[in-house]
Amino acid sequence: MKFIEFKDVTKTYSNGITACADMSVEIDKGEFVFVIGLTASGKSTFIKMLYREEKPTKGTVSVGGVNVGKLRNRKVYKFRRKVGIVFQDFKLLPNLTAYENVAFALECVGMKNSEIRPKVLRALEIVGLKDKVRSFPKELSGGEQQRVCIARAIVNEPKLLVCDEPTGNLDPKTSKEVMEVISNINHDLGTTVIMATHDKDIVNRMKKRVLVISNGMLVGDYAKGSYKASESN
Amino acid sequence: MAITRKEVIKQVKAIRIFFRSIRDALKSVVRNFSLSMASILSVTITLIIVSVAIIIALNVNHATKDIEKELNIVVYASREATEEDIENLLSEIKSNRKVRETKFISKEVQKTNMSEYDETFKTILNFLDENPLLDSVIVYVEDVKEMSTVASELKQIPNVETVKYGEGTVDEVVDAFDIIEKVTIGIVIALVLVTIFLINNTIKLTIYSRKSEIEIMRLVGASNTAIKLPFIFEGLIIGLVGAIIPICVTIYGYVILHNAMKGYLFSEMLKLIKPFDIVFQVSGALLAFGALVGMYGSLKAVRKYLKI
Repeated sequence: MKFIEFKDVTKTYSNGITACADMSVEIDKGEFVFVIGLTASGKSTFIKMLYREEKPTKGTVSVGGVNVGKLRNRKVYKFRRKVGIVFQDFKLLPNLTAYENVAFALECVGMKNSEIRPKVLRALEIVGLKDKVRSFPKELSGGEQQRVCIARAIVNEPKLLVCDEPTGNLDPKTSKEVMEVISNINHDLGTTVIMATHDKDIVNRMKKRVLVISNGMLVGDYAKGSYKASESN
Repeated sequence: MAITRKEVIKQVKAIRIFFRSIRDALKSVVRNFSLSMASILSVTITLIIVSVAIIIALNVNHATKDIEKELNIVVYASREATEEDIENLLSEIKSNRKVRETKFISKEVQKTNMSEYDETFKTILNFLDENPLLDSVIVYVEDVKEMSTVASELKQIPNVETVKYGEGTVDEVVDAFDIIEKVTIGIVIALVLVTIFLINNTIKLTIYSRKSEIEIMRLVGASNTAIKLPFIFEGLIIGLVGAIIPICVTIYGYVILHNAMKGYLFSEMLKLIKPFDIVFQVSGALLAFGALVGMYGSLKAVRKYLKI
């Protein structure tokens, strides 16, 4: 069984819109996969089903052997602890410092302070923010906030890192830095990374596996380096 | 029974989450200072109103009870009654379960009382050879509402000449007091309900502004309990801090008021309750009320946003 499996997944929202139609895809452990597509193509739905923000209407989504769609609401939090999520809008807690934001993911598991400290500092070191530990989100730049968000996502040492347009709010230079951080995590820690994006430069430069989604359907699955985004896409 | 290592770890983690929630709640109150202040002030203002209402209600009821206590029935023994008859009469009155207290006044005592009261009485009473007065018993009843029933029951006792109580007026006074008591209790209950509603709403607003916080907590894998706890403690803190000023107002305010009015309300008939008989109980009630409503309000608000 593959690490991530989508089997005949269909997602229809209550307003009748089908965001995902009969999609099947498999992703291996340690892979780096881009998911691209236009706005409203269904790529966000695809990403959200990975961390059980949305449940499939039909078919099964399994992540690391867990049937995500069957998870009960009250049990979701245990699954979320095994998945790191990076958001376009960072989703940092505004009243907590960078350190506290990252530590929060471990504190709510009930971990000891003496265990939390080194892990948080290590995660912040990986993303290159060791000197901004005490800053509040509003005192950080967009790129720095996104790196805090990444640190929080990886501090649990998850097997899967889901990124929903992580560079959507960042300028090209900062985007490049953030992508480097994510790429290193994939390379050094062996974390599987699935990233939704519509930044063609990044996709072309990184030369990774690419899934193309259009109108809720998987229209292309390009192996590592075989995809070349053109202007028409 | 051996407790497994796994269970111990689980409990240790739960305890850690519990104490972290208290720390997070404190942190949040301090860092969201303006919002916390708004909630605390609304708790303060409403609790002051509740406190004033409670103290007024307690005093009104106290005053009416005081007056009711003074209401009594006077039983006059017949002139022919021997000492033994009077003994029997007294024990018979005392055996009535609706009677709270009795006071026997012999005609001699009554004579001296009246002589002391008025010179004219003295002259008249001394002029007569025989004491024209009757032996009497003053009867206080348990429940003033039953005064007329008790009076008619006492009339049946042998050797009773007449039974007197302020017939019509007593019933009216008792009825009026009954209404006053119900109205004051009604006002207090209404105020308490309004307070619960107001505090709930303020806290709901403060938590509403942090809706995204709850969402983020869920996304990074916090259990529902771990999300709820800090908010509940925050509500508790707001309720407790909000009760501080109302408690000071209650204690100092009532002591000062009591002294300024010399312990009476309008006339010497209406005594105010002594401050230290009630201020601490009322303060305790305010503190408990603030804490409970604060916790309940935030729990309710968080629950709303946890339903995803």
